Amino acid sequence: MWKRDESVKPANVPPTSGGPNAQSSAASGAPKPEGQPQMGRDVVNVGKSVVIKGELNGSEDLTIEGQVEGKIELKDHVLTIGSNGKINAQVFAKALIVLGEVNGNISASDKVEIRDGGSVDGDIVSPRVAIAEGAHFRGSVDMQRKGESPSKETEPRSAGHTAPPAQPQTHAAAPGAQPSVL
Amino acid sequence: MALSDLFARLRGDDDVTGDGGAGELVKPTKALTRFLAGLNTSQQPVLLDLGPVVGSNATFFGGEVGCKILIEDLSKDIDRHVNQSKLAELPAFFEQRFPQDSETISGILCWDIFDYLERAAADQLARQLTRVLQPGGVLLAFFSTADPQSTIRPTYTRHVVVDRTHLEYRPYKPARAKQRPLLNRDIQRLFEPLRVAENFLLKTHQRELLFRKAGKPATAPFESPSAVR
Repeated sequence: MWKRDESVKPANVPPTSGGPNAQSSAASGAPKPEGQPQMGRDVVNVGKSVVIKGELNGSEDLTIEGQVEGKIELKDHVLTIGSNGKINAQVFAKALIVLGEVNGNISASDKVEIRDGGSVDGDIVSPRVAIAEGAHFRGSVDMQRKGESPSKETEPRSAGHTAPPAQPQTHAAAPGAQPSVL
Repeated sequence: MALSDLFARLRGDDDVTGDGGAGELVKPTKALTRFLAGLNTSQQPVLLDLGPVVGSNATFFGGEVGCKILIEDLSKDIDRHVNQSKLAELPAFFEQRFPQDSETISGILCWDIFDYLERAAADQLARQLTRVLQPGGVLLAFFSTADPQSTIRPTYTRHVVVDRTHLEYRPYKPARAKQRPLLNRDIQRLFEPLRVAENFLLKTHQRELLFRKAGKPATAPFESPSAVR
C-alpha cells in the first residue's frame, strides 16, 4: 500500500556510464527527452541549469536542456536539443532533433529534424532534413548526398523538359517559348 | 461557400479562405516543372527561396535536385516594416538584404512576394535578385491578376510543393494586403535584363512567370575541386 513507486526517481541521478567529455560540464537530470530515445541505448541529459562553454564530445546519445556555447561533436549518435536547450555552437552529429534553439551551423550524417517550436539559425548539411510547421529556420539547407555525382543526379531530371500532363489552365506557352506578351 | 466557412469568417478565424478544405487548396502549376528543369542545368545548384520556411519544400527540392537551399523569408521583413511604420525604408532595406555574391544563385523562388510590394520596393528587390542570379539561372514568380479590392480578407500564402505539377496554397495572416496587380509589361521591365522563358495564366487569377538570365549556365563556380567528371 505504501510502496514507493520505483518509476519515480530523483531527478539528479548521475549518468551511469561515460558521459560526454565536456570541458566544463556538470550533467544533471532533466525531463525525459521528447525525441524518442532508443531502447537499450544510453541517453545522457544535460539539465536546464547547466551552461557549457567549450567543446562537447560524446560517444552516446545526448539530450541537452541547458546552454552550450562552442562546439558539439556526437558524430555517431543522436543529439536532442530539448525545448529548454539553447545552443550557440557548431554541431556535428549523426542525427539532430531540435525542440529548443540552435544558433550555429549543423552537420549531420543521417538527419536533422526541427520540430514544432524548435528554432535554428544557421546552415544545415545533412542528407535528410525535416522542418515541422511552426518551427523557425533561417539559413541554408544542403542535402547533397556524399558520393553522388551531381551529373548523375541531373541527367534523369532533364526529363522535366518534356511537357507535363495537361492542367486546367487557360493559357500555356510552348516549352522553350520566347518572351510572350499577353 | 459552406455555411461553416461563413461563420468562421464572421468569428474572425485566420485560416479560412474562400476555398473549402485543404484538398481544395491544392492547385496545378505548370511553371514548377520548367523551373526544376532549369535548375538542373547547374551542376551543383543553389536555390534561394523567398517564401516562409516549409520543411517539405526543403525536402522536395533537396531530393529532386540535390541543391543547396537558402531560405530568406521576405514576408517577415515586410511585416516588420509595416508594424514599425517604416514601409518607405523597404527599398533601401532590400538593397542590403542579400549578402550573396553576384551570379551565385541558380534558381530563385519568389512565389507571390511581389504582389505585396509597392513599385519602388519591387524595383529594388528585382534588381537584387537579378544581380545574384547566375547566367542561365531561373527565377519563378507568381503575380496576381485580380484586383486586391475583390479579396474579402488579405492573406499571405505559404506555397507547399505537393509534386512537380501541384502546389498547396496555405493562407496565413499578413500585415498588409496585396497591392495593385502589375501589368505584364511592367513585370517584364521589372526584371530586365532577364527574359521571360515561360508565362502561364491560370484560372486562379494568377500568372506564373519563369524568367531566365541570358548566358551559359555557370557550372564552374559550384564545382568542388575534387569533382571527377
